[in-house]
Amino acid sequence: MGNRVGIIGVGQTHHAAKRLDASGVELISEAVTRALDDAQLTISDIDAIVIGNMDHFENINYVDMWAIDGLGACMKPVFKVTTGGTTGSTVGACGYYHAASGLFDVVLAVGWEKNSESDTQAAIATCANPTLERDPFAGAIGPLATEYSMYMKAFGATEEDSAIVAARDRNNALNNPYAHSRQAVTVEDVLNSPMLSYPIKFLDMCPRSDGSCAVIFASEEKAKKLCPKPAWVHTSVVRHDYTHFGDLEWKFMPTLERASAAAYKLAGISDPLNEFDVAELYLPCSTCGVKWMDSLWFCEHGGAPGLIRKGTFNMDGQLPINPSGGVISTNPIGATALIRIGEAAWQIMGKAGGRQIEGVKKALCTGFGGCSWTDLMILGADLP
Amino acid sequence: MGLYEDKRKRTHTPEGYELLAHESGHLEYDFNWHLGYYWSRFLAELRDNKRFMATKCPQCGTVYMLPRQVCGKCYVEMNDWVEVGPEGELEGFTIVRFPYVDPNNGGMKEVPFTSIWIALDGADTRLMHYCNEHDEKDLDVGMRMRAVWSEERTGSIHDVQYFEVIK
Repeated sequence: MGNRVGIIGVGQTHHAAKRLDASGVELISEAVTRALDDAQLTISDIDAIVIGNMDHFENINYVDMWAIDGLGACMKPVFKVTTGGTTGSTVGACGYYHAASGLFDVVLAVGWEKNSESDTQAAIATCANPTLERDPFAGAIGPLATEYSMYMKAFGATEEDSAIVAARDRNNALNNPYAHSRQAVTVEDVLNSPMLSYPIKFLDMCPRSDGSCAVIFASEEKAKKLCPKPAWVHTSVVRHDYTHFGDLEWKFMPTLERASAAAYKLAGISDPLNEFDVAELYLPCSTCGVKWMDSLWFCEHGGAPGLIRKGTFNMDGQLPINPSGGVISTNPIGATALIRIGEAAWQIMGKAGGRQIEGVKKALCTGFGGCSWTDLMILGADLP
Repeated sequence: MGLYEDKRKRTHTPEGYELLAHESGHLEYDFNWHLGYYWSRFLAELRDNKRFMATKCPQCGTVYMLPRQVCGKCYVEMNDWVEVGPEGELEGFTIVRFPYVDPNNGGMKEVPFTSIWIALDGADTRLMHYCNEHDEKDLDVGMRMRAVWSEERTGSIHDVQYFEVIK
């Protein structure tokens, strides 16, 4: 185990389909400034910085060069990490590792993306083997659609089950002033929206957004000194799976099962559905909000549709998921998974505004990326 | 929260200057991807013998389609080649209806196309490929399928044109 670490500040941009008003570095600066404000710090309090995005999305490399000024990184140690969809959560994990190592006291973690600058699906498709798999691989949506076709067949889940998830997350976003897509939708609206890639429809799928998020991690001593109510990191777990898309056991989500099992053990969680007060999950598509619930040990395999139909994961349910509106409302990819950590931290700190869940003591957040791999972090109001 | 100015809808700077975006112009890069021993042999077998050759792990016995050097689970080298397919079971599918830029050639992908995961008989992992059916009503997980070979085979994954449902 590393040293104890708490999150003491979070900032995020107003996310949008296109932020023509701000360049990449201006977006980064917007998030960093807001995180420093949130923690009531100045940039001189920051000892190290981690930043990440998907370079090839903007076709501008070296954010660790051109964003140094807006990032506040002049003459500071900077690490860039980029791990596909999980970039934001890996940036978060890396910020945590820095502080937990004892080598740095206050660490700034920043994720950002300007998806409006390119064709996101084409950029994502470059993750697949170029000669053997890229052609039939349809960006992020292809494998997600395919896995749900398998899940529906195996367990009798339906397109309506995922539509319920889509309506839930999209309506939650109405309470989040930073969310990109804020529209009231019904289950019928989702089912009637245009088919993108069977069985996934337009309103089931995440958008592509411009945005940035910054989260400040601090050592136990500093966190106690600087923040009245830090969100303590109870554990951070990363699991990657195979190389090729066809290698995975797609009826389940193996990396999520393994990562969550390991994290629950480390954090002393035995009944996740009851012990977590809120979850901010990287659900890129509403279908994942069905299938992946099984893999978080909330129920047996195939049990998710029953929980969803009972409203278990609604704002007033047993375990509210994605009060922020989640990924299907806001998706600046390099920031997306860090927003999960930031939103979960705000829930613990009582700073989540109109989307605040009462009395949050334990929060779960996840990142998803690449060939279906998982980053997972558990935050708590009490010291781990 | 919510104390910050929301500048999302701006089209001009506060001074009235238009906010600019610059087009990159058409970018073209040529890459030269090396397939190595395992995939070169796999593709030569498709081209010359119309056979799917997989590799088998000497430790756990997993038969990998696509073949490769190392079993990810055991971290041992695989040198047993076994023939799988050419028939198999449809494990999952999607019919893609949204167009996007094909990163391999810069053109738009032709839609609809059907992306499938097929478990070829004898293989423990699935091959991702195309199917010639483009209506979800005509496909069901668990269907039996077979490879349809291209007339002109060049040593590419497209030496298999697509998979068709065995009726």
